[in-house]
Amino acid sequence: MDSALLGELLASTLRLATPLIFCALAGLISERAGVIDIGLEGKMLFAAFVAGASGAVFGSTTVALLLAMGTAVALSWLHGFACVSHRGDQVVSGVALNIIAAGMTVVLGLSWFQQGGQTPPVSADVRLHALWPGAPAAWQSVPLVGPLVGPLIGAGLLGHNILVYLALALVAGVWWLVYRTRFGLRLRAVGENAHMVDAAGVSVLRLRYAALTLNGMLCGLAGSYLVLAQGAAFVPHMTAGRGFMALAAMIFGNWRPMRALWACLLFGFLDASAILLQGVNLPGIGEVPVQAIQALPYLLTVVLLAGFIGKAAVPKALGQPYVKER
Amino acid sequence: MSAPPPLPRWADVLLLPAVNLLIALLAAGVVVALVGQSPREVMAALVQGAFGTPRGLSYTLYYATTFIFTGLAVSVAFHGGLFNIGGEGQALMGGLGTGLVALWLSHSLSAWALLPLMLLGGVLFGVVWAVIPGYLQAYRNSHVVITTIMFNFLASSLLAYLLVNRLKPAGSMAVESAAFGPAAKLPGMQQALAWVGVEWPSSPLNISLLLALAAALGVYLLLWHSRAGYRLRAMGSSESAAAYAGIRPQHQIVLAMALSGGLSGLVGMNEIAGVNGKLLLDFVGGAGFTGIAVALMGRNHPLGIVLASVLFGALFQGGAEVSFEVRGFSRDMVVMLQGFIVLFSGAMAYVIAPWLARALALFKSTGARHG
Repeated sequence: MDSALLGELLASTLRLATPLIFCALAGLISERAGVIDIGLEGKMLFAAFVAGASGAVFGSTTVALLLAMGTAVALSWLHGFACVSHRGDQVVSGVALNIIAAGMTVVLGLSWFQQGGQTPPVSADVRLHALWPGAPAAWQSVPLVGPLVGPLIGAGLLGHNILVYLALALVAGVWWLVYRTRFGLRLRAVGENAHMVDAAGVSVLRLRYAALTLNGMLCGLAGSYLVLAQGAAFVPHMTAGRGFMALAAMIFGNWRPMRALWACLLFGFLDASAILLQGVNLPGIGEVPVQAIQALPYLLTVVLLAGFIGKAAVPKALGQPYVKER
Repeated sequence: MSAPPPLPRWADVLLLPAVNLLIALLAAGVVVALVGQSPREVMAALVQGAFGTPRGLSYTLYYATTFIFTGLAVSVAFHGGLFNIGGEGQALMGGLGTGLVALWLSHSLSAWALLPLMLLGGVLFGVVWAVIPGYLQAYRNSHVVITTIMFNFLASSLLAYLLVNRLKPAGSMAVESAAFGPAAKLPGMQQALAWVGVEWPSSPLNISLLLALAAALGVYLLLWHSRAGYRLRAMGSSESAAAYAGIRPQHQIVLAMALSGGLSGLVGMNEIAGVNGKLLLDFVGGAGFTGIAVALMGRNHPLGIVLASVLFGALFQGGAEVSFEVRGFSRDMVVMLQGFIVLFSGAMAYVIAPWLARALALFKSTGARHG
């Protein structure tokens, strides 16, 4: 493997991991507060649609981002209304969100744009571009080490748009929020034992809605990334299971931000290498079936959950609705 | 706010599902109107397409057959206190089992010997695909919801791998297996009705509808008229009480998942043996998830599930017809409606039922005063 190939692998790993990171963090905040979130996929899909539609219609990145995040937050609140305000089943509600998003985005897309459910491509100035477009060339031309590490640093690490770096920064941000702030302490407490938090005089309802709001904003970013950075238009069902993969990454990361980041990077790397290895004969192994690499994240998660690698630290109050005693 | 009065039984069984459906239809109607179509026109075309002709009715019942299997699968797991989201993957694996038996034996056995074996193959593969998550929940404490989601993806990867790398005939472009021999074809309904002298147009509807109805009856007898079913339901209503009564929760979890997976596995009999005659990639097409909506709508009772399946079959068939007639309408509208039904009759059950109970109580008390 030469360094150009490694640089490309690193770059696509980060690119593919970014939506997973946003979504895994979203799921993490919600589940640490005790609310199961199966609906990551649907919220991301709806946000992607809104980002694509509003980006094409209004021609503004900011408006597209805000509307996408707003939509995902609204869906999160719907989830909260059913499961936090009332004691609806959180898994059923998440499934409902996924199905509604899968159907409704196509219905609206078809009738608004008449392009088979797609949105028109967003223009180049609405899309997000590499922050430092000159970096790959600049690093390539560094004397001595340039040809060797240039592609790795220049294209692999520095060739990305702002959302990629935002995702990485948010991992640290969420870690700080969850483990170093009063809000985070309460958030973790409400996910372990809601009665205790209520007895301490803190509103369970408000905490869980706050968690769901953050969750929606992060899902909105994930969806926007798919349309504004990775592709250029919304395509029906474009999330293609990424929400579930992010859920798997969050579980694989044991509901912790840093570990979830590593899981997302691992899954992103597997995805990137599956694309790279398509039809390639590896010496000694032969052709690796792409499906096997793509299935690996799910298999690893099942094995982890079964307790064969470490122990899954599920929040204790996960999925339990809280009814205030009267 | 005081606790709402309990809902009378007739309202719980009839009124509540009707109200849930009505609210979901209203929500979908709002979206239909929002995209500039007439909900009334769409509804009329939908009902006409689903029930207006013998052919339309056949398609409706053909879709309903698959939904009965997946709906029963979800409900059996529900009765055991488990949420099986893995119907999609279990149905895929069931179809794979059915298809493998057919590919293996369809040129050497007669239909009478082969079809039961195909059925067994489907059930077996579905059972295995559900029992693993069940076992992991029972003995390794990993949540069945998450593992069944993962198993959906694993099933579709496995099927894709087998079709692309192993089962696809050399030189063929389409990702599907070779066609089965004629012995593997489940008789169509028009054929079966011709035997008894009734003329019926040709359609994908086949005799697996009878299998689905038998399965519904079987589930009813099992759950409400057998010890095994009693133990399962006891476990579903209270795990600790069931354990105190000497029922082993672990066994019940594995059993519930096995039954659930076996029922999902029967989907292959309708789609693979009844219609396609070969193994292909996406023959389940979301029916595993529709099963969730069907089970919720049918209140987890076999009779309700059969009725809800016909409703969803009508929506899918009618939706397909409407998309030919009304410009800009697509079947995704039906998918959306399905989501609304899961939302209102499942997730928001605790929003709507108390409200309905209060409304009924109010109605009764004013009625009593005036009467």
